[in-house]
Amino acid sequence: MIYQELQSIYVLWLRQMKRFVRAPSRIAGAIAQPLFFLLILGLGLGGAVFPGIKTDFLNFLAPGIIAMAIMLSSIFTGVSVLWDRQFGFLQEVLVAPVSRFSIILGRTFGGATLALLQGFIILGIALLMGAIATETIGLAMTIIIMILLSFTAVGFGLIIASIIKDFEGFQTIMNLLLLPLFFLSSAFFPISQNLPSWLQTVALCNPILYMVDGIRGSLTNANNLFSPYLDLGIITLMCLIVWLFGVFLFNRSEA
Amino acid sequence: MLTTLQRPTSGKALICGFDVLHQRNEVRQSIGVVFQEPALETELTGEENLDFHARVYGLRKDHRRRRIHEVLTLVDLLDKKDALVKTYSGGMKRRLEIARGLMHSPTILFLDEPTLGLDAQTRRAIWDYIKRMNKEENTTIFLTTHYMDEADFLCDRIGIIDHGRILILDTVDTLKTSVGDDVISLTCSDLPALQARLEKESWVRHQKIQDGRLTFGTSRGEEKIPQVIEIARLQQIAVHSISIHNPTLDDVFLHYTGRSIRDQEQEPVGKTNRRSSKVIGE
Repeated sequence: MIYQELQSIYVLWLRQMKRFVRAPSRIAGAIAQPLFFLLILGLGLGGAVFPGIKTDFLNFLAPGIIAMAIMLSSIFTGVSVLWDRQFGFLQEVLVAPVSRFSIILGRTFGGATLALLQGFIILGIALLMGAIATETIGLAMTIIIMILLSFTAVGFGLIIASIIKDFEGFQTIMNLLLLPLFFLSSAFFPISQNLPSWLQTVALCNPILYMVDGIRGSLTNANNLFSPYLDLGIITLMCLIVWLFGVFLFNRSEA
Repeated sequence: MLTTLQRPTSGKALICGFDVLHQRNEVRQSIGVVFQEPALETELTGEENLDFHARVYGLRKDHRRRRIHEVLTLVDLLDKKDALVKTYSGGMKRRLEIARGLMHSPTILFLDEPTLGLDAQTRRAIWDYIKRMNKEENTTIFLTTHYMDEADFLCDRIGIIDHGRILILDTVDTLKTSVGDDVISLTCSDLPALQARLEKESWVRHQKIQDGRLTFGTSRGEEKIPQVIEIARLQQIAVHSISIHNPTLDDVFLHYTGRSIRDQEQEPVGKTNRRSSKVIGE
């Protein structure tokens, strides 16, 4: 029984790896987009002075881009349940004698692996460009936060996939919900006095802020609003809530 | 519902002795399902699709390898096993799905419209595979179809479902006999009048007016044709055309549902059982 569940998790993971490797355009796209952000924004705004940024702008930007790359990739994994449903493969998985929990776990691991892969590539490039971790615990902590971030985002993707049933709805949510949240996450500019106070309040309620802030604090040890440990606590809690809610909704919608 | 993808609103169903509501995993392990729409991962090869399935059903390594070879041989896809499924034709996909359904040696294999949208050649080939696995794998096959000839060719027992109710469930021969040995079909100048008159004859069974034709079942039909024409002549009704044929499943279907099949969406359900049925549906 447990053998079968583990096999299922493994093979669902394996399937996503194979899919990814066999679609070169997806690999290129997944890495290119955050890279453009990092390079173009980082270099273009490199000399600019922002109130609230104590370091080089690239240092400030890199953690945000890492978080963005992981989030987008993971959300996409969660939402790709829609594709499976559309093309019928989901039925094959659902009619199999494995628990729904294992099915989601396999998908989450697959999505997290891909997202982390992208995250690490961006991280590597950022490190090469000079956004350096101050100590080993900083890098280890960054990785832990990256993993939690990816789990949260897959869960969020599952929630979206359970609520909406078509691809257009996904686009709408991306534009109406995710984009503003990203802008208010301090990924691109600091949450400071420049913003009206109500927007600052919104930003502090934004889960993505703590993810970006956590990575920033642990990776660069500068410009962060909160202690990375506080961020980690909040992120862990959020990850549990969002992922489990995603699992719950998936279970309910797929009998 | 029987495949555990939907929950019944009421009632109880057992598959191989397992309750579809409370023993879902046991049921899932006992059945194979081939869906109406293809449910393959097109970015994987044929063999990888089978391997995926085998792992999810808990088959061990040696067993997996042997079984993949067996089922691929059965559906003649051995030489295509390393090609990506997205390069397969419709018929090949269907065959691969049937092979996949058989991977874990299910007691019952569900086939939902297995030949829908396939050309005549492929269709015939699929039929052969279905027959073969029914015999060689000793698998009970539960198939749904709109094609009467398919049901006639493949099934031992046939159930007709109309508006969600099973109207009748019996062997092909019994069903055909229940309509009559022969079916006489005719057109004439006054259908209702002739129908009313023929009602009085003891050898006329299951009279029906359908699409401007009067049909009824009878035995030794060739001897009845002159009698019908004589009766009509005495009633001053002109018979335009008259034909006789052995009952087909179409006649059976029309007899039980009362409408032409193309007027409605309900599915007749066919079943092939070589062994005693273990399916109890409500």
